[in-house]
Amino acid sequence: MKKTIITVVGKDTVGIIARVCTYLADSGINILDISQTIVSGFFNMMMIVDMSGTDKDFNTVADELEKLGGDIGVVIKCQKEEIFDSMHRI
Amino acid sequence: MINIHEVVETNEMIEKENLDVRTITLGISLLDCIDSDLNKLCDNIYNKIYETAKDLVKTGDQISREFGIPIVNKRISVTPIALVGGAACKSAEDFARIAKTLDKVAKAVGVNFIGGYSALVSKGMTPADRLLIESIPEALSSTDVVCSSINVGSTKTGINMDAVRLMGTIVKKTAEATKDADSLGCAKLVIFCNAPDDNPFMAGAFHGVTEADKIINVGVSGPGVVKTALEKVRGENFEVLCETIKKTAFKITRVGQLVAQEASKRLGVPFGIIDLSLAPTPAIGDSVADILCEIGLESAGAPGTTAALALLNDQVKKGGVMASSYVGGLSGAFIPVSEDQGMINAVEAGALTLEKLEAMTCVCSVGLDMIAIPGDTPDTTIAGIIADEMAIGMINQKTTAVRLIPVIGKGVGETVEFGGLLGYAPIMPVNSFSCDAFVNRGGRIPAPVHSFKN
Repeated sequence: MKKTIITVVGKDTVGIIARVCTYLADSGINILDISQTIVSGFFNMMMIVDMSGTDKDFNTVADELEKLGGDIGVVIKCQKEEIFDSMHRI
Repeated sequence: MINIHEVVETNEMIEKENLDVRTITLGISLLDCIDSDLNKLCDNIYNKIYETAKDLVKTGDQISREFGIPIVNKRISVTPIALVGGAACKSAEDFARIAKTLDKVAKAVGVNFIGGYSALVSKGMTPADRLLIESIPEALSSTDVVCSSINVGSTKTGINMDAVRLMGTIVKKTAEATKDADSLGCAKLVIFCNAPDDNPFMAGAFHGVTEADKIINVGVSGPGVVKTALEKVRGENFEVLCETIKKTAFKITRVGQLVAQEASKRLGVPFGIIDLSLAPTPAIGDSVADILCEIGLESAGAPGTTAALALLNDQVKKGGVMASSYVGGLSGAFIPVSEDQGMINAVEAGALTLEKLEAMTCVCSVGLDMIAIPGDTPDTTIAGIIADEMAIGMINQKTTAVRLIPVIGKGVGETVEFGGLLGYAPIMPVNSFSCDAFVNRGGRIPAPVHSFKN
């Protein structure tokens, strides 16, 4: 299973997780793990998701999440997991 | 499983510290395009490059999108054109037509640069090599994205001083031919000793004759990432310093390896090598000179600079070789002047001279790179500077290169603006004593004694 990492960075506000999760649920994307932290005053959330159940291709999901981020006022990025695995695992 | 701190670290490298994959370079052999009819040859070249590279830019952009890592350049390198055009080209103008074909096809497939307008003349020149070299001023002034490189020496063969002397004149003529654009043509011309066959970086990339039909080579970068990592170990000893550089180089290289494998798989082209170079850009913080300052120098060029650069270069290699299955190209730290804001500052402050840069090239991966010199510098002096740099490469069994820009109509104290990744540069003074009698001797400098290893 190829996993995708979704990161949300920005100013904390009500309903960020709810809106991202609603979008993912509507798109048929399964969330495997969620964690969050504050880095230099900014809200940082990371989700590990499985996109094998969605009909949408990667670019569409990435674009729609980016747009959703714009609406909420945060930056949402979608990246395949391999880049993090490559960098942080031997 | 990946944790949030690792994700944040990677994304901060990309967003704040300018981590990027500098180039995916597709090497294409043109040996099977050779024909004695020039029109046929140009058609063959156009068709082969177009067919092989038509998906390169699209694939690069898609990989960039999926992994969230910028891939700044997509480029093509081809077999040295002196070999490809030898049968068809009877004049320098004939060779220039091939350059225009390369320019046209590179633009058609959307790549930033195409390298390989080259000749390998480390021991001697064939008539075709000479014609290609003589065509360089026209080729580079009548094209936009074609890059040229000439290998004039190697540890095994010595230095071809006839070629060195000729290149002194050709650099000057190229500057004249592009004087309306601040002699920009010279930024696309590099003279090598021990040129590697698989270098993905421009202007020196060409697809060596020892290579397969096509190959993917990737150049990674990330001076900003190294600098940021070193900020956290200020005042620590050399062991800690070296460990930090090594670990950072490992991480940077792994990203390059991933991108190379993906590009190779998607394009159906074998993976060649990763070039683990720290390649600066004019962007603030993306500077090799700034790393040297972080290591402990007030400015690049201060005493200690050569040692700091030697250490940096070696640790980058040590970290990088473990991260990739195949390492090649130039692999080390680049020290171009115009492309590195820290180097520009050092030159403007009077801390960094041409002579110190020459010393630094003994321990880094390339050479005198993107250095603007007065437009009235004699051909023979340029040849002398090339000869010095080639000697460093030959004796030390390493690649060295010269990319000098004699800016026609400008002198010391003025600056020249190249734009984009090429940056801007203050014009540096050149030693004014003559080397005419030396470079005009003719012939070649024999290979050094330590080259006889058989």
